Amino acid sequence: MGLSGAEYERILGLMGREPNYLELSLFSVMWSEHCGYKNSRPLLRRFPNEGPRVLQGPGENAGVVSLGDGWALAFKMESHNHPSAVEPYEGAATGVGGIIRDILAMGARPVALLDSLRFGPLDEERNRYLFREVVRGIGGYGNAVGVPTVGGEVEFSPAYSGNPLVNAMCVGLIRVDDLMRSRATGEGNAVVLLGSKTGRDGIHGATFASDELTEESESKRSNVQVGDPFAEKMLIECCLELLGQDLLVSLQDLGAAGITSSASEMAAGGGVGIDIEVEKVPRREAGMEPWEVMISESQERMLAVVEPERVEEALALAERYGIGGTVVGRVAGHGDLRVVDNGEVVGTVSAEHLADAPAYEREVLRPAYLDEVQKFEVAEIPEPGDYNEVLLSILSHPNLRSRRSIYNQYDHQVGTNTVVLPGADAAVMRIKGTRRGFAVTTDGRGRHCYLDPRGGGAATVAEAYRNLSCVGAEPVAVTDCLNFGSPEKPAGYYQLAECIEGMSEACEVFGTPVVSGNVSLFNETDRGPIYPTPTVGMVGVFEDVGRHATPGFKRGGDMVVVIGGSSRVSLAGSEYAEIVHGRVAGRPPGPDLASEKKTADLVREMVRSGLVDTAHDVSGGGEIVAVAEMALAGGLGIEYEEGELERMTEGQGGGRRDVALFGESGDTFLVAVPQERWEELEDALSRAAGYDLIGTVGGDRIRVGDAIDLKLSDLRRAHEQDLFGIPGEVVGGSEAVG
Amino acid sequence: MRVGVTVFPGSNCDRDALYAVERMGEEPVELWHAEADLKGVDAVIVPGGFSYGDYLRPGAIARFAGVMGPLEEFANGGGPVLGVCNGFQVLCEAHLLPGALLQNTHMRFVCDRVRVRVETANTPWTAGCEGGEELTLPVAHNEGNFFADAETLARLEDEDRVVLRYVGNPNGSANDIAGVCSEGRNVVGLMPHPERVSDPALGSDEGLKILRSVLVGATL
Repeated sequence: MGLSGAEYERILGLMGREPNYLELSLFSVMWSEHCGYKNSRPLLRRFPNEGPRVLQGPGENAGVVSLGDGWALAFKMESHNHPSAVEPYEGAATGVGGIIRDILAMGARPVALLDSLRFGPLDEERNRYLFREVVRGIGGYGNAVGVPTVGGEVEFSPAYSGNPLVNAMCVGLIRVDDLMRSRATGEGNAVVLLGSKTGRDGIHGATFASDELTEESESKRSNVQVGDPFAEKMLIECCLELLGQDLLVSLQDLGAAGITSSASEMAAGGGVGIDIEVEKVPRREAGMEPWEVMISESQERMLAVVEPERVEEALALAERYGIGGTVVGRVAGHGDLRVVDNGEVVGTVSAEHLADAPAYEREVLRPAYLDEVQKFEVAEIPEPGDYNEVLLSILSHPNLRSRRSIYNQYDHQVGTNTVVLPGADAAVMRIKGTRRGFAVTTDGRGRHCYLDPRGGGAATVAEAYRNLSCVGAEPVAVTDCLNFGSPEKPAGYYQLAECIEGMSEACEVFGTPVVSGNVSLFNETDRGPIYPTPTVGMVGVFEDVGRHATPGFKRGGDMVVVIGGSSRVSLAGSEYAEIVHGRVAGRPPGPDLASEKKTADLVREMVRSGLVDTAHDVSGGGEIVAVAEMALAGGLGIEYEEGELERMTEGQGGGRRDVALFGESGDTFLVAVPQERWEELEDALSRAAGYDLIGTVGGDRIRVGDAIDLKLSDLRRAHEQDLFGIPGEVVGGSEAVG
Repeated sequence: MRVGVTVFPGSNCDRDALYAVERMGEEPVELWHAEADLKGVDAVIVPGGFSYGDYLRPGAIARFAGVMGPLEEFANGGGPVLGVCNGFQVLCEAHLLPGALLQNTHMRFVCDRVRVRVETANTPWTAGCEGGEELTLPVAHNEGNFFADAETLARLEDEDRVVLRYVGNPNGSANDIAGVCSEGRNVVGLMPHPERVSDPALGSDEGLKILRSVLVGATL
């Protein structure tokens, strides 16, 4: 059941007797890493989680921040890595369904979805299968349920072969006054199960998710739940109407560990007990044991507490929406989760005990591999001869290729609130009937975290901060998924602790508290652990969503300026070093958090004032890749200034062109403004650490001195290849580059 | 004008369509699937989504919903009806429109902006457009591949009943057909979503040309 001997002893101590099988099952799921955070809880305390906009921090179904004017956003990101590894379509689909219900449980209407994904290289058939089916699963569920998938990210690396990462984020919109909570109150109130019937699917899913993946995992396929987006859609509309009519005392989704975790969390939150009459739970198969009903992870279900005199009205509404609604228990004065089967008590566990999973704190020991992988000299990398070819190969690499073939499979416009379509630095959404809006991004930097866990953790948050600033939104808070290997191994625990430290430092400097999140440990296969990959979802606010920027060049003649700390660019841990030279080595620079904040805030101010409508951050692939992305997005070329290539090479490049063009750092942005606004821009830039006019927008080529001269159409052909083709196969008459 | 929007279980563009009716400057009226009552509306939009989860076949179950009886009467009496995406599929299943919508030939869901040409202004839902005019409209569907037998296709072309045609075909539709109308011309089905481009705040309100056409027809 996934409990250790010591944990069993602890249960004996808490209960003062031996648990029966049902009771032990309850402990098994509630004390799994997925539900109980037993390996991460002490470390998670490091995250800052308070701030002036925070209405709800960690501990509820989702974090909530104030947007102003009585509006609030509820948001959370959650992993579905293990289910997706064995059954990618349903694993991803139910990941989306689960995170939507977390948002719904706060009383919010889900309005945006994002997905942060990692897979092994696409030249392996199994990885292609996982990638294709995960994307299909996200679309299959999200498209049908009517919540737009507006953003996300994906990366490919051998570190994720056989252990993909599928992190789904949902954002919900709500009036502050309508916020709902999950704590049960009011002895005698009815506990109502809403939604689908309960089956044997997903039994012990939470314990499965808290173990390493082995060949045996394939045989646990029955642990993966099956999603029904139609049932979810009706559940959403029904719950929102129940809330609108003020018929609920509290609401909780059923996710990992099913009724057990929901009921015990509701009870523990309210300091009350709950009696579940397990025979009343509607089932989709015969002969289920009470313990199976209690821990089933059948999807599309919610648990609500309803005052007795409102039960009839609530159930009538459920019927109107064609979903199940059944009273399955009562709020009780005792503090126990008590399971009753046809009048016979079949299990009694204190809700507090269930919530009281053990916590393991380990020593943080720097693993030896870091010294090895951090050794790196630029001189080890030969300078390329043909920069056109290098740029084409980088832009066509799956890590930097256009994501169009993914997001075109997701309905990103349903709801008619999507102001900026996918492909920009962050999704921009409006709030109907107001000038307000919000932006949201997901980011992860696994390779960086592997090479330098603390720096990588901070850089992950910095990347999200830059992305929101580029579109002009004020970043306000963070949700995260901590995807790591086994914390029982010293390297895994070190990576977890150090990444959290780096993320926390960045969140403190940026003023973006962590208000919700999830932990996915034991991401290991027989090939070893994944890269430590914390992913963050960051939300930002607009007072006037009309004032935003996008990356695409908009007008011929615009002047393109690079802003920020370009002096620290490096090939250590860069995309270029991995893609072109097969090297994952060195310690990537920075980030210098104070400088990151200063520069990003400056760019945001220029967008907000209406001076800048074209902005992009320099990230994977370095300056020239960012410039190419802006050109391709706008369908306009660029001509670099005379002598600029030499200046870059001698300056940031330290004498090397590849360092100048493809080197990476944090803290760097590109903006474009019309010539007549140049003086205003220079004025604004007087506060910047550094800036440089690099070129002028126009034509249909990218020209950088005598190093690069490429037609946009050739770049586009390389960049926009279908990610779902088979590498090496001829597609549309051009060779697909793997 | 009172414009009804049907709401089936699983419709997910119903709220967008109601909002678009407001953007038209007209009065939106929600038509609940289980009620056999059109509430005296002057026009009906059958919106997109996944009615009944698209189970069995898109639109196949929705055609039996309570609201469909009076809707068919309204349509057969010449009332203007617009089916968008899943709404188009529902109207085909209800035999208010010819043909069927198969899975996209590339076997993927497609969400994109496409160029379409207005092939006829002679319907209540294109009367405000110029014949031959090109629009950029969003599409988002898995089953948008219009199919009809050769005879039906020839009739549709002959009778000027192809309403919109793709300039670049996103789904394998026969004759690049993006929308058709009924024999009486009052029932129109479109795969593209005009309601998604009805607000300049989202970058375009070209869809209002289609939606507001129904007002032109009403004053004739």
